[in-house]
Amino acid sequence: MCEKEDESVQCNADRRSFLNRLSLGLAGLVGAAMSLPPVAYVLSPLVSKPPRKWRDVGGLEEFPMGETKLVQFQDATSTAWAGDTAMTGAWLRRLGEDQFIAFSINCRHLGCPVRWVKDAKLFMCPCHGGVYYEDGAVAAGPPPEALARYPVRVVDGKVEVETSPIPLTTNDVV
Amino acid sequence: MKFIKSILGWLDDRSGFSDVVMPILRHVVPDNARWWYVFGSATLCAFAVQVISGIALATTYVPGGEAAYESLLYITNEAPLGNLLRGMHYYGATAMVVLAIIHMTQVFLHAAYKYPRELNWMSGVVLLFVVLGMSFTGQLLRWDANGVWSVTVAAEMAGRAPLVGPAIAHAILGGETVGGSTLTRFFAIHVFVLPGLIFAGIGLHLWLVLRHGISEMPKVDEPVDPANYKEEYEARLEKTGVPFWPIAAWRDTVFSVAVMALIVGSAFFFGPPALGTSPDPSEINANPMPDWYFWWYFAILSMLPPQLETFVILGLPVVGLLGLIVVPVLSNKGDRAPSRRPWAVGTVVFGFTALLVLTIYGYKKPWSPDFGVKPLPASAVASSDAAVVHGAELVHQKGCMYCHEIDGYGGHRGPGLSDIGQRLTQAELIIRINNGGYNMPSFAASLTATELADMVTFLETRTGAVVGKESIPSGGRVSK
Repeated sequence: MCEKEDESVQCNADRRSFLNRLSLGLAGLVGAAMSLPPVAYVLSPLVSKPPRKWRDVGGLEEFPMGETKLVQFQDATSTAWAGDTAMTGAWLRRLGEDQFIAFSINCRHLGCPVRWVKDAKLFMCPCHGGVYYEDGAVAAGPPPEALARYPVRVVDGKVEVETSPIPLTTNDVV
Repeated sequence: MKFIKSILGWLDDRSGFSDVVMPILRHVVPDNARWWYVFGSATLCAFAVQVISGIALATTYVPGGEAAYESLLYITNEAPLGNLLRGMHYYGATAMVVLAIIHMTQVFLHAAYKYPRELNWMSGVVLLFVVLGMSFTGQLLRWDANGVWSVTVAAEMAGRAPLVGPAIAHAILGGETVGGSTLTRFFAIHVFVLPGLIFAGIGLHLWLVLRHGISEMPKVDEPVDPANYKEEYEARLEKTGVPFWPIAAWRDTVFSVAVMALIVGSAFFFGPPALGTSPDPSEINANPMPDWYFWWYFAILSMLPPQLETFVILGLPVVGLLGLIVVPVLSNKGDRAPSRRPWAVGTVVFGFTALLVLTIYGYKKPWSPDFGVKPLPASAVASSDAAVVHGAELVHQKGCMYCHEIDGYGGHRGPGLSDIGQRLTQAELIIRINNGGYNMPSFAASLTATELADMVTFLETRTGAVVGKESIPSGGRVSK
């Protein structure tokens, strides 16, 4: 190929350039092969949404009319080793025979757990003083939105709450 | 002895220790680089404490679900030296953050970031942020109720980002809720990712220190001129320089010993931070609070007008990082002496004052309702009038005192009510309680007419007079 002497300098340069590109390209390929699966694995929770589940939170008789009670149940994404960390909660209020509202316990400001102050009929957040009325509407403080609600139903005398993602202020998943 | 010497000689020859490492250790440094210059090496020492104590803790810590909490209880209460080790890891983290900030402040005040050490500064800034990342993720590994709710708050904050916010939030949580995959992520980040970055960052940082040399103490008559700085620096080193090891390094080792003593002493005498209740996300009696070095940021977020919140949550870390990185780009030559750089001195004074004030605010958190407030004692009510006494009970029962202070009792979120009887008339009190006001909810739906009347009657007695001397309002009683 490169038989003449003046051609061989050019030929060597071309060869080095080719090998340079080849090595860099192959190194990139090796890098991609070793990093893409781990990156995809780490990001997989973004695409594999767990199915929502209805959780039994107690019999109808446990919820007096008009009262707001904290109910605790397992969320949908529980893993075998999650233990208590798979638990979540809701403030459940009975409005009628089969009528309930389940409020998320997460403040819509930054997600802290809101508490129900029975005598004041207010939900209050300990972090930055967000306050909500008993219907979940913002009463005071920094929360930009009303408390999120979970779907509730009554089946065979049992009250069930549907698991939901933690309500993020910027989306409307719940 | 001869045999051992021959083995050491063989190792030295084959490894090149004397040929490669010793010249690095003995590189020439300015002779005036004295106690001001010990903070960088002390930060490195604190990092070494973190690595060693962290490895030891990782042999027992179980990074999963509720087992993490159980293993922390075991480390703290049962494992031999576990309590001391947890303490060392905690105070080592504190030392690392504090020393890194002091080191950066010294570099900034002495303008050591100027030519040719711009990249030293930039790599240091990145290291500082990674160290803060270590602190935050480390706090979460203390997987109690505070840890769980701190993750939730972090996810909510990330969720504010436009478009990608929810994706980032779910990546943080390892799903749509806190669960088994949450802690393991933070463990991986805390134990593998961030330490890897710190090792790489320290490697680069030290290499740059060797490449450009340790800066001299700033002098008024020695401004930095990139055109001839290197030649002048070399010339000065040749005249007055001393080998780093051991002439300069002894101060580093002495200071590092003091830092170690402080870390171990604090761990021994004060112990690690107490664990909260178990990491159950359905447990609502939690009040998430970051570790002390983030209290200033916690305070900023709490006091901001809501319309600015998202911008500050997302923007402050980015602006902070970029703002610090561009410092040497904005000014890489000229005066180094603090006496010639009043703006730099002013920036440091202002920055530390703001940090201190905000940190105190973050600790006191006057914006948080005080759920633990006790009912007003009879001495504070200072009346036997049934309506007044009932009104005093109601301001506690209805949650008013969570936010309002009355005669030294109650929260500080709202204005104090100790002299409300002087500031508002009876009619104004009724309107305010019924309708609410700025940052105050309406209580119309939760008070009966009698309750409202008694509450107003009580509030009218709060005239700012010394408790116990004057208690009966001058105005008439509210009709029920």
